[in-house]
Amino acid sequence: MRALEVNALGFTWRSLFCHICRLESLGPVVATRMKGRNYVSSSVEDIREERLEIRVSRPPADRVYRAVARSAGAVTLVVMGLIFLFLLLRSWPALRDARWSFLTESKWNPDAHQFGIFALMILTFEIAIVALTIAVPVSIATALYITEYAPRAVRRPLTSLVDLLAAVPSIVFGLWGRAYLEPRMVNLSKWLARHLGFIPIFKVTTNTFAGSTFIAGVVVSLMVIPICTAVIREVFSQAPPGEKEGALALGGTRWGMIRAVVLPFGRGGIIGGSMLGLGRALGETIAVALIISPITDKTIHIIQGGGNSIAALIANRFFESSPFAQRALMAAGLALFVVTLLVNAGASAIVSRSRSGAATEI
Amino acid sequence: MTTITGNWDDGAQVIDLTRSPASMRAHNVSAWFGNHKVLERVSLDISAHQVTALIGPSGCGKSTFLRILNRMHELVPSASLAGTVLLDGEDIYRGPKPVTDIRRQIGMVFQKPNPFPAMSIADNVLSGLRLSGTRLHGRSAHAVVQQSLERAGLWNEVRRRLSEPGGALSGGQQQRLCIARALAVEPRVLLMDEPCSALDPTSTGVIEETMAHIAHDVTIVIVTHNMQQAQRVSQQCAFFLATHDTPGYIVESGPTEQMFSEPEDPRTRDYVHGRFG
Amino acid sequence: MSQTITPPSAPPQALQDDEIRVKIRRFDRADAAALGACALSAFCLDWLVYERLTPLSGGLGFWICWYAAFLLMYGFVAREQRGPLAAKDRVASVVMASTGIVVVVALSFVLGYVVFRGYHALRTNFFTQTQEFTGPLSKATDGGGAHAIIGTIEEVGLATLICVPLGVLSAVFLNEVGGRMARPLRTLVDAMSAVPSILAGLFIYVALNLSLGLHFSGFLAALALSILMLPTVTRAAEVVLRLVPGGLREGALALGGTEWRVSRMVVLPTARIGLVTAVILGIARVVGETAPLIFTAFGNPKTNANPFSGAQQALPLMIWQLYKQPLAGPVQRAWTAAFVLVIIVLALFLIARVIGGRGPGHVGFVRRRLNDRRNRVQ
Ligand SMILES: Nc1ncnc2c1ncn2[C@@H]1O[C@H](COP(=O)(O)OP(=O)(O)OP(=O)(O)O)[C@@H](O)[C@H]1O
Ligand SMILES: [Mg+2]
Repeated sequence: MRALEVNALGFTWRSLFCHICRLESLGPVVATRMKGRNYVSSSVEDIREERLEIRVSRPPADRVYRAVARSAGAVTLVVMGLIFLFLLLRSWPALRDARWSFLTESKWNPDAHQFGIFALMILTFEIAIVALTIAVPVSIATALYITEYAPRAVRRPLTSLVDLLAAVPSIVFGLWGRAYLEPRMVNLSKWLARHLGFIPIFKVTTNTFAGSTFIAGVVVSLMVIPICTAVIREVFSQAPPGEKEGALALGGTRWGMIRAVVLPFGRGGIIGGSMLGLGRALGETIAVALIISPITDKTIHIIQGGGNSIAALIANRFFESSPFAQRALMAAGLALFVVTLLVNAGASAIVSRSRSGAATEI
Repeated sequence: MTTITGNWDDGAQVIDLTRSPASMRAHNVSAWFGNHKVLERVSLDISAHQVTALIGPSGCGKSTFLRILNRMHELVPSASLAGTVLLDGEDIYRGPKPVTDIRRQIGMVFQKPNPFPAMSIADNVLSGLRLSGTRLHGRSAHAVVQQSLERAGLWNEVRRRLSEPGGALSGGQQQRLCIARALAVEPRVLLMDEPCSALDPTSTGVIEETMAHIAHDVTIVIVTHNMQQAQRVSQQCAFFLATHDTPGYIVESGPTEQMFSEPEDPRTRDYVHGRFG
Repeated sequence: MSQTITPPSAPPQALQDDEIRVKIRRFDRADAAALGACALSAFCLDWLVYERLTPLSGGLGFWICWYAAFLLMYGFVAREQRGPLAAKDRVASVVMASTGIVVVVALSFVLGYVVFRGYHALRTNFFTQTQEFTGPLSKATDGGGAHAIIGTIEEVGLATLICVPLGVLSAVFLNEVGGRMARPLRTLVDAMSAVPSILAGLFIYVALNLSLGLHFSGFLAALALSILMLPTVTRAAEVVLRLVPGGLREGALALGGTEWRVSRMVVLPTARIGLVTAVILGIARVVGETAPLIFTAFGNPKTNANPFSGAQQALPLMIWQLYKQPLAGPVQRAWTAAFVLVIIVLALFLIARVIGGRGPGHVGFVRRRLNDRRNRVQ
C-alpha cells in the first residue's frame, strides 16, 4: 500500500527514504501484504488523509537523559569505526606495497616485500572448518539432549555447566590441548593417514603429525562447543510447546517431533550459534598459537604437522618483526577483521529471517 | 458397528476395519499432578459413531481427562494416573501397543490452533502421516490432502494456496487445518479440547458442521463451555464437577437430550441452565 | 435414561490408597537388555574385525568403529523389535544421550585436568610472591603470581568501570530510548562481540601506543578488555531490561513521570539484579583473555600496582609467557596459575548464578540497610 502511495505522490528521494524506514518498521505485516494480491486497496482517500503529528516537548532532564544514552550507544559505532580506520591507516604502506598481490600471494615474507594473505586465510579457515565440522553437530546433539532427552532433574545443572564451560578461558583449552590431547591426537592422525590417506585432505607428505591444523581445529572445537551449545540450547528450549504436543498427538515419536517442530524452529539458533562459533574459531589466538607448528605455506593436508592462523601469526611474530613487517601483520589483522564482520553480517541476515531469529543472541 | 461408511462428499467408500470408529471406556480413572489429585475415579463409556460432550466448570479436570484418553497426560512431568482406559476393549496403558500407535488412533485437536508454521498447508495435512512413517508423493499425497481438507471443510478456502505456510491462515482456518491434519491419519477417535473457544461464531459454525460430517467415520469427544454447542453437536454428554479442594468427578452422564431436559441431579440442572456457582 | 454416579460430596478418602498408579516406562528392561547386548556384541565384532581380520590399529580408532558398529546393530535390533520408525527414534535417543554425556564429561575433564596439573604445586606463596626472583631453572613452587593477580584485578576492574556505565546506558538506549538507530546499533553490537580478541589488543596498541605514544600499561589492557566486554554487557543488560514488563513502565509514565525518572526509579531498580549478573558474566568473559594483553599490558615479572604507568602482569599473560619456556619449572608454574585462573572464573560464575537466581525484586542486604536509613531520616 505504501509503495503505491509513494508512486502516486511523485516522490522525492527524501520521502522515499522515510517511507522505506516506515515500511521496515512495519516489518512482517507489510511483507505478507505485498506478497498477496490485496495491495490494490490503496485509494485516493488514503493519500489525502492527514496524520496527526505528535510533537513532544520533553523536559530538559529527559533531553539530557536521551542524549547521554544515545552517546553511549554511539561509542560502539565509534570504536568499530576506529578499529577499521586505525588498522587501515597503519597498514596502508604495507598494503600499498603489496597491492592486489596481498590477496593472492601465499608467501609471508614482508621483509623481502613478498607477502600476502592467501595461504594464511586458507590455513585459518581450515582450522575453523575442522572446528565447526565437529562442533556444530555435536552442539546440536548436546543441546537436544539437554532440552529434550535428559532427565528433568539434571536439565538445569547441565545448562549451568554448559554456560560455565562457555566462560572457560581459551588459554586453558590451549594448555590442555598441548599437554594432553596433542600426544593422543597424533596417534589418531597416524591412523587416519594410514587408513584414509587416499582422501586428499588426509594425505601426508612428511612424517610429522604434531601441530597440525587438524589438532588445532579439534582443540578449538572443544572450546567452541559450549559456546554453540549455549546459544542453540537457549533457542531449542523456546520451541513452542503447543506445536510439540501437536506433533506427539499425531502419533509422532520424540525424534519425529524434534524433526517436525524443534529443528525447524531452532534453525535461526543453529545458524546463529554456528556463526558465533565460526567467529570465535577464526579469531582464536592463544589456543591455536600453543598448538600449531607455524608454517606460512598453504596446504590442504590437514593432519600433517604445520599450520597457522592470522591471529596466531600476529601473536607469535609481532614483537620480533621489523616495522614494515609489523605493518604487514596489521594488514593481515585488518583482513581478519573484515572477514569476521562479513561472517557476522551474513549470520545476522540469515538469522533475522528465521522464526527463532528474534530469540537468538549472537 | 458398520464397516462401510459413506464419505460425505464423493460417494461411498470402503473403510478399512481397523480404521473404523472405536468405542472407548474409562474405568475408575484418577489423575494427579504431583500430589495434587485432580480426577476422582471417573468412569465413562464413549460409544462409537457418536459425539460425546464433556461439560463442566473451569478447572474440574475435563482437559486432564481428555488428555488421559490419548496418553498425552503423561507428557506433563509430575503427572500420574490410575484406572483403566480401553479402546475397543484393549487397555491403552497396559497393552502391548506402543504409545505412538495409540495416539495415531486417537487424534487430538487442541484449544489453541497449533499448525506447524514452517510447513506449507499441504505438508501440514500430511505431517501426521509423515510422523507415523508413511511418505506419500504425487497423486496419492494430493488425494489425501484434498480429502482431509474437504472433510474439515477447508478445501474451498485454501485449494489455491496449498503451498503457503500453515501459519498464514486465520484462527478459524488454522483450527480446521488442525482438524484436517488429525483426520489425515484416519484416527478412530477424535478428541477436541474446546476447539472453538478462540473463534468467532461463523468459524464455530463451520467447525460444528465439520463435526457433523465426520461423526460418521470417527468417534468424537469434545470439551466445551458452550451449552448450546454441546446441545447442537453431541448425542452423549458428561458433566464434570470439582468443588473446591476436591478432585473432579462425573456428576452425571447420559444422552444429551435427557441431560439438558430432565437431568437427575440438581447440580446438573443448575449448570446447564447457567445458574451455577 | 441417564445414569447418575453420585459420589458423596466429600470423595472417599479411605479408598484413595487402593488405587494403583499406572507405571509408564519409556525404557524398560527389554530395552536395556537390547542396548547392553548390542554394546557387547559390537565390541566383540569390532575386536574381531579390527584387531584380527584387518590391519587396523589404534585406540581412538577402535572406539570410533565400535560406536558405529553399536549404532548399526542397535538400529537393526530395534527395527526387528518395534519397526523402522521406533528404531529411528531409539537410535536418535542413543546418539543424543551419548553425545551429550561425552561432551559434558570431556569438557569437565578439561577443567579437571587443569586442576590435576595445577593444584599440587600451589603454595600460599603463590598469593604473596612474584616472579621477580625466579628464573627458568628455579623450582616449580618458587615465586608466585601475586603481581599477576594484582594486575588482573586492576585491569579487569578498570575495564568493568568503563563498561558498566557504557554498557548499561547502551542497553537503555537500545531498549528505552530506541528509535530508528536501535536496530542497526544492535547489529553493530553483535558484530563487535565477534571482534577477535587479538585485534582489540592490536587496535589499542596501534591507536594509543604507536599513534599517541602511550606506553604499555594496565590501563591500555583495560581499554582493550573493554572492547571485548562492552558488547557482552550491553547484550546481557538489554535482555534483562527487556524482561521488565512494559506495563510497569507505562504505569509509571501514566503517573506523569518523566522518562528519565521512570528509567531511574522503576526500570533500572527492577532490573538491578539482572544487571549485576550481566556485568559478572562480562567479567568472566574477559578475565581469561590473553591475546589482547600481549599488546597492552605486555607483562612484567615484578609487582606494578600502578595501572597507569609501566608494563603490568596479568594471570593469563603470565601463563602464556611461562608456558612458552620449555622447562619443567616455568611450565609447572603456568599450570598452577591456570588452576588459579579456572578457580577465579568458576567463582565469578557461581556468584553470577547465586545473584541471578534470586530473581527481580529481591532486595539485597546492603540495599535494605540503605532503605532503612533513608526511611528513618524521613
Ligand atoms: N500442568 C499442570 N500442573 C499442575 N496442575 C495442573 C496442570 N494442568 C492442570 N492442572 C490442574 O488440574 C486441574 C484440572 O485442570 P484441567 O485443565 O483439566 O481443567 P479443565 O476442566 O480443562 O478447565 P478449563 O475448562 O478451564 O479448561 C486444575 O485444578 C488445574 O489447576
Ligand atoms: Mg481445559
